[in-house]
Amino acid sequence: MDNLALKELLYKMADDQLILGHRNSEWTGMGPILEEDIAFSSMAQDKVGQSQQLYILLNQLGEAEPDTVAFMRNAEQFHNCQLVELPNGEYDFSLIRHFLFDHAEWLRFEALSNSSYEPLAQLARKYKGEIKYHLIHANTWIKQLGNANEETLARLKQSLHELAPYALGIFEPSPYETQLISEGIFIGEEALKARWIESVNAILAQTALGAFNWSASNAILGGRQGKHSKHLQPLLDEMSEVFKMDPTADW
Amino acid sequence: METLTEAHIRQWLEAVKDPEIPVLSLVDLGVIRDISIQGQKVKVVMTPTFSGCPAIDMMKQDVQEVLKNNGVEEVEVEVNFKTAWNSNLISEKGRAAIKKFGLAPPPMHNLIVDIDIIEKAKCPRCDGENTEMKTPFGPTLCRSIHYCYDCREAFEQFKPL
Repeated sequence: MDNLALKELLYKMADDQLILGHRNSEWTGMGPILEEDIAFSSMAQDKVGQSQQLYILLNQLGEAEPDTVAFMRNAEQFHNCQLVELPNGEYDFSLIRHFLFDHAEWLRFEALSNSSYEPLAQLARKYKGEIKYHLIHANTWIKQLGNANEETLARLKQSLHELAPYALGIFEPSPYETQLISEGIFIGEEALKARWIESVNAILAQTALGAFNWSASNAILGGRQGKHSKHLQPLLDEMSEVFKMDPTADW
Repeated sequence: METLTEAHIRQWLEAVKDPEIPVLSLVDLGVIRDISIQGQKVKVVMTPTFSGCPAIDMMKQDVQEVLKNNGVEEVEVEVNFKTAWNSNLISEKGRAAIKKFGLAPPPMHNLIVDIDIIEKAKCPRCDGENTEMKTPFGPTLCRSIHYCYDCREAFEQFKPL
């Protein structure tokens, strides 16, 4: 097996989870209601913990220590999609992002549960169960607010239109798609996207928002190759501030 | 010196509790996945309940300490996901301890956890079944928050996973 293809896959998944985990953690103490404060904080903890296990796999494949990889890279060395790095905005914006990303995340790990790369399949089987709770949370609120009143509907609609091109960027193809598919490591981004459209539209169709026309949106790409919005570097600076004070400190 | 057996190790590990539910031993929680013994050397394989569980390092240290205090010369604790944890692995004794602690034990499931399984928890105080899930996230990753319409009290459930 060529490790480059596998590493690329692991890096983008881990980076997505670390960065969105960090964004979710910014809701700690700021949630519109206590339950949402706790929900976003818990999802942050899950995602950061899951990213750590993926960085451990990368470490076993010869990459640097998980903490070094998480805290010492610059924005252009990160492979996350741009969707996850955008500032939280208001609650509707964070909720729509959470809904769009977590559906893709769950489907990705469901597919990877059958990966030919057994260490990843083991993690994927575990993550799937954990992320199920994130999905239940997202779906509950989308259905609730998507059928509530004019203001909630207008806000969700606006955020959905704004985030749709970024969400499509989750599925930016890797240079190794054919190899990953033929070796049975992963089903590939295109197949994942098809499952995702079906999955998010099934929920949206149960709201006044209705199913979304994804083919009318153009994906914002580049994140997987290290091209990011201006928002990622300040996030990384803040996230790594304490670590960088003394990288050799023993915790 | 007496020959070490798996039964000894399990018995000693009964003393190591889940730091977040201090009445529940790691053995009953189901996170001890393998014990192998070579002479005076013991290797314990553990797996976390949730990947992001912050208690795993503490549990790992506690396992080391308890076995050393019982005279095991060399202890190795490995954490891996080979046999991942799910809530069906919690023993009957563990479920009783969880309930006594005030949490609803996770219902047994066929490994496909869905909203209908999570939503209907049995109240650990009055055994009422007229309950509603308020939020799938609680004070720790492994708990959700519910409300019982029979005794009109909020309660937490150890989440099925």
